[in-house]
Amino acid sequence: MSGMTDFLENLGARVTGAVHRLGFASRFLLLTLRNSGLCFRRFSLVVREMYFAGVLSLIIILVSGLFVGMVLGLQGYDTLVRYGSSSALGVLVALSLVRELGPVVAGLLFASRAGSAITAEIGLMKVTEQLAAMEMMAVDPISRVIAPRFWAGVISMPLLAAMFSAMGVFGGYLVGVRMIGVDEGSFWSQMQAAVDFQEDILNGVIKSVVFGVAVSWIAVFEGYDAPPTAEGVSRATTRTVVTSSLTILALDFMLTAFMFRGD
Amino acid sequence: MPTIPATDNLVEVENVNFAYDTRQILKGVNLNIRRGQVVAIMGLSGCGKTTLLRLIGGALRPTQGEVRVAGKAVAKLSHEERFALRRRMGMLFQFGALFTDMSCFDNVAFQMREHTDLPEELIHDLVLMKLEAVGLRGAHHLMPSELSGGMARRVALARTTALDPMLIMYDEPFAGLDPLSMGVIVALIRRLNDALGATSIIVTHDVAEALQLVDYVYFMSDGVIVAPGTPDELRASDKPFVHQFVYGETDGPMPFHYPADDYARDLYATDAA
Repeated sequence: MSGMTDFLENLGARVTGAVHRLGFASRFLLLTLRNSGLCFRRFSLVVREMYFAGVLSLIIILVSGLFVGMVLGLQGYDTLVRYGSSSALGVLVALSLVRELGPVVAGLLFASRAGSAITAEIGLMKVTEQLAAMEMMAVDPISRVIAPRFWAGVISMPLLAAMFSAMGVFGGYLVGVRMIGVDEGSFWSQMQAAVDFQEDILNGVIKSVVFGVAVSWIAVFEGYDAPPTAEGVSRATTRTVVTSSLTILALDFMLTAFMFRGD
Repeated sequence: MPTIPATDNLVEVENVNFAYDTRQILKGVNLNIRRGQVVAIMGLSGCGKTTLLRLIGGALRPTQGEVRVAGKAVAKLSHEERFALRRRMGMLFQFGALFTDMSCFDNVAFQMREHTDLPEELIHDLVLMKLEAVGLRGAHHLMPSELSGGMARRVALARTTALDPMLIMYDEPFAGLDPLSMGVIVALIRRLNDALGATSIIVTHDVAEALQLVDYVYFMSDGVIVAPGTPDELRASDKPFVHQFVYGETDGPMPFHYPADDYARDLYATDAA
């Protein structure tokens, strides 16, 4: 009997703990948004962080995009050719990328490349008392350190997803048209005809913006909230990657359910 | 309303209590720090010294009592007023807390760029003057990771004094330094205090360095001030606590052991189980 009580108590404590933390994180997000004025008055602060979060993620994003596109080309052709519709390869590659794989895979890569770096950096700034020192110098760390990194992530994410998709389409073209020999004209013209700007591209961009907000929010919060020890920072970094990845996948399902209803 | 008497004190700590959750750290601390003086707050690790500094800087609020800096109750200030007060304070953190993504130059220039509209040429000259004062003008282009511990502490000192503060606080400024760097820091604290016309508070447990440097000392133990006095008075003090601390003796009123259960019972506890 006491085993059951312990279990329930434990479960209850975990649930209230999680809700408490979510509330804390939400207040932190509001605080970050409220203290974002400085970022936009001195946009160079955001640009600097965009270099670290965005530009330095380019290589992994572009290379992954190319390979994902090439694999799509191979697998797509293999299936389509059975139904004699291999000329629709361009449509399959483009729609898979702009609707799903672009935002989702770019989001996952961004979380593990840039999100973890943001968390570790902020956590270490806390450990080495840099944030406390900044506060003692009458400079608010939320506006000076947190907000620029948050906005840099939000702005970088859709741009990276777009580049991922573009590179993927190019990869699909390389494999489908150049290697396998699908007709180039129908590859591009069917793609142009089938991909709708609002339905497909805009929805993909909306997804990537939402993922950008989620990953950046989680990354800055985990960093700021990390216990100021080596173990604390390492755990926070891991949590950023795990939580953001799961959040991206869950949000993707919800957004897809709202956006594409097959009509 | 009674008027506050004009005093020569820059910092006044009046009957301050502070607790983290249920752990009582400060238990009714009273102290005054006069303008222009270099004052040390000394005591064992964990006796509440750093907490006291944080209360003076407004990073924490006392659970009871009042901390006044330049006549203003720090805990009652609004966010803006507190930040305005902090622009006139400097704090040197234990390991310098330099911003690791900026060069020494940018570290020292940080507050000037954040808080003033000075043209970049003027900032350039001011930063080099601040670095010259700590003897590191030649290192202005280095990153914090390229500095030794002592050098980092000196750059942090230059950064702390960037806006010519009226109050400089030092959190363990001598911790982990080699004797040479320690001597340099001791000399710099006194020189900068007198040159800037500032007031300095040093939190430390390095007795020898502190006593040769400061004008006045407050000894803290277990959350209260146990012995105030000038360095000479404390050296001559016959209070067992002060004597033990000043001369670094292991035997005295301060226990070597952390409070524990009966030794014999602890040892036999596993046998009985």
